[in-house]
Amino acid sequence: MSGHWAPSERALARVAYRRRRRRRSFLVALASTVVVAVLAVVVLVGSPGWERAREAFFDPVEFVDVLPAVAQGLWLNLRVWVIAGVIAVVGGLLLAIARTTTAPALFPLRAVVTIYIDVFRGVPVLLVLLLVGFGLPALRLPWLPITAVFLGTLAIVLTYTAYLAEIFRAGIESVHPSQVAAARALGLTRGQTTRRVVVPQAVRAVTPALLNMIVALQKDSGLISILGAVDAIRAAEIAVTGSYNFTAYVAAGFLFLLISVPLTRLVDAYNARRGGRGSGRAMVGAIR
Amino acid sequence: MTEPMTEPTAPLLRVAGLRKSFGTNLVLDGLDLDVAEHSCVVLIGSSGSGKSTLLRAVDLLEEVDDGVIELRGVDLADPWVDANAARARMGMVFQAYNLFPHMSVLANVALAPRLVHGRTKDEAESAAVAILERVGLGDKVTAYPDHLSGGQQQRAAIARALVNGPELLLLDEVTSALDPELVGEVLDLLAELRTEGTTMLVATHEMGFARQAADLVCFLDGGRVLESGPPEQVLGAPEQPRTREFLARLHA
Repeated sequence: MSGHWAPSERALARVAYRRRRRRRSFLVALASTVVVAVLAVVVLVGSPGWERAREAFFDPVEFVDVLPAVAQGLWLNLRVWVIAGVIAVVGGLLLAIARTTTAPALFPLRAVVTIYIDVFRGVPVLLVLLLVGFGLPALRLPWLPITAVFLGTLAIVLTYTAYLAEIFRAGIESVHPSQVAAARALGLTRGQTTRRVVVPQAVRAVTPALLNMIVALQKDSGLISILGAVDAIRAAEIAVTGSYNFTAYVAAGFLFLLISVPLTRLVDAYNARRGGRGSGRAMVGAIR
Repeated sequence: MTEPMTEPTAPLLRVAGLRKSFGTNLVLDGLDLDVAEHSCVVLIGSSGSGKSTLLRAVDLLEEVDDGVIELRGVDLADPWVDANAARARMGMVFQAYNLFPHMSVLANVALAPRLVHGRTKDEAESAAVAILERVGLGDKVTAYPDHLSGGQQQRAAIARALVNGPELLLLDEVTSALDPELVGEVLDLLAELRTEGTTMLVATHEMGFARQAADLVCFLDGGRVLESGPPEQVLGAPEQPRTREFLARLHA
């Protein structure tokens, strides 16, 4: 049926109108982009220190020189990211679940978890890093590895576990009480209800927020450089110290972007596929 | 006496002096109600009259302030009674279906048999398939709730409540969220269950269903049963002015 549809004159006029509008929108966007780009270049290049800044930050020879060392450092960031990410996700979920328990015997657990989350969510990551990195070795525990990588990762895990526990808790609280009522009405215990009904829905609800935190964690893995672990940032720092040229920092930033931009796009695409949420622009633009 | 054998046994469910308030809002005010085995008791009354709260209290989803909820002579309101075991003996169907959206229809129905009634996965699933076929959803077992119509979702929820052969089925306005043309399929199913002798306590606004299926109609007002009796009496010739007023408003 619909194959034989010949658009009415009215419909054709609408199509033509929309096409004209689209062409006009494109030209306006192009013109505005050119104007902004030219202005940016003029301001940048016209600045008194431009020549020296370009040499100090965007030296192509230096860039190629430092890239291998910085990339080597990035490999450490990636390993820290994956390990810390896995531990923090699992730990955060367990802490969030621990907070929902009601058994009297578990009161100490709930208390400790609540205090832990309050503390590590409230203290800046940098401070946690310094305290863990310099405080723990002072205890001289024989079984504790005191390498910068271990302590740095530990500090990041401590902080992110608290962040993620709060995200999971928000998810658990977002599950409608009627779901709990339905599960309990079937005779499920509190624990069975949490495990089979609440947590699966909670995890689904917070997946976008969770993925954003994972992307943020990838960047924050660079903080371990503070303790002297030779990651991308530290490797760049070493290169800068040797050459008095800051291009290595730009190289490190470039490599972080190389990972985080595709990752962010992947997360956005995933969130959009889950039902249009997370791609606010598409929803705003869809309606005339 | 020529009276046909009046059962000397206690009713399946005996509710007496039930009282429940939410803050300052008194919802159940000393409510009394008996449900005989294999009977269908229909609760009518305006919103806020306590129908839902009564059903939720009977299924131990609300803690009551006072009163008795006896299931086969055991008072479930006593806090030392195993509430999970008690709830497992009853089936509850909600107005908004409350299916688990992250599980297939089959998993929804097979969940309690596995977790609560200790059946194996195979046993639970074949029981679930059988009951889903019974409610006309044999072709929807692998579907997820949000791919079903409202009527299908509610029938799946009824299957979930029925799969363990509950002693008492509690239905809380199960057609109120449905489009008018889908109400019939759910009510037909309830009428069939009624014929099979399922004991039911039903809160509803469907007077046609009450007239057709109820053994006893109870008009709730202000947290009590104001008037009760066979449907032709309560719906046809109500004694209480409040009942007449309610029915008149319903038909207006």
